[in-house]
Amino acid sequence: MKRFLIPLILVGVLVAFLGIGLTLNPHEVPSPLIGKPAPTFTLPQLHSGEPWTPERMKGKVWLLNVWASWCPSCLHEHPVLVNFARTQNVPVVGLNYKDQAADAKAWLERNGNPYVVSVADLEGRVAIDFGVYGAPETYLIDGDGVIRFKQIGPVTPEVLTEKIMPLVKTLSAKADAASVVSNGVPK
Amino acid sequence: MSPRNRWVVSALVCISLLGLAGQGRAKEAAPLAEDPVVEQRLIVISEEMRCLVCQNESLAGSRAPLAEDLRREIRGQIRAGKTDAQIGDYLVSRYGDYVLYRPPVTPITWVIWFGPFVLLLVGVVFLLRFVRRRQSQAALPPLSDAERQAAQALMTPPNA
Repeated sequence: MKRFLIPLILVGVLVAFLGIGLTLNPHEVPSPLIGKPAPTFTLPQLHSGEPWTPERMKGKVWLLNVWASWCPSCLHEHPVLVNFARTQNVPVVGLNYKDQAADAKAWLERNGNPYVVSVADLEGRVAIDFGVYGAPETYLIDGDGVIRFKQIGPVTPEVLTEKIMPLVKTLSAKADAASVVSNGVPK
Repeated sequence: MSPRNRWVVSALVCISLLGLAGQGRAKEAAPLAEDPVVEQRLIVISEEMRCLVCQNESLAGSRAPLAEDLRREIRGQIRAGKTDAQIGDYLVSRYGDYVLYRPPVTPITWVIWFGPFVLLLVGVVFLLRFVRRRQSQAALPPLSDAERQAAQALMTPPNA
């Protein structure tokens, strides 16, 4: 019996590793940008064509959502974002990724527009700076412009309640405390 | 279909296939890259990089749109005179070490880099122990006379 013990343990360890491997999603590559300042950019707004830069969001905790009208998962995710924008006081900015302006606008008309603004990244250059490798992706950016969280794939209600909203609360509290220090009065 | 007709039909099919093959070859002669030196370096760099969309393909071989975009960026950086290391850092800073087919040696990747050698060493130790044991078994003392007689008795048929 004893001589079977070691091979049995080895097989057990192997099975455990393979089992863990099966539950991981190989498409979720951890982003090196978490905790780093979000890349700066200037892109035309989808609707007005006016230039827009993330510096306008300074002092706010906000979401950057990468979407496209050609992306089926974005359509799947969209109702969640529309509902989020209606019920929560967190601005969502859309990064319209490698899309046609006309298609993108029609898509928003059809499915609702949760974005305070959408900017058009026709060539996907800004998306590369953000390390985007597939839409949809969503970034949580704090008042100092630092990326705090990245959701790869569709945002689900669970992701919002369990990951994003708790982070938004702590980050907003920190931002408010900072504004008290700098202004002397709370906002 | 008469045998003769069959011959004519198959000859026609062959000729038309030849024509198709010729067309295929004509298409393969795609326009040469604008700058062969840049393209050569692009291939060398992008073969070391993983495409994040089709994860088992290199950036050089992938047809995913993101891979095309990244090749375009790398091409631009080569033209801008960046070194291979700078271009590698450009990709790693955005997508992490995961884009590298040869990950850097850090405590997390020790298992990948040194694991096989450790396993080899363990195997060699086991093999040596096994061989030693076999040798000590081979060196058993020869049978004594009594043992030899006992063995002989066992091998002799009872009615002989």
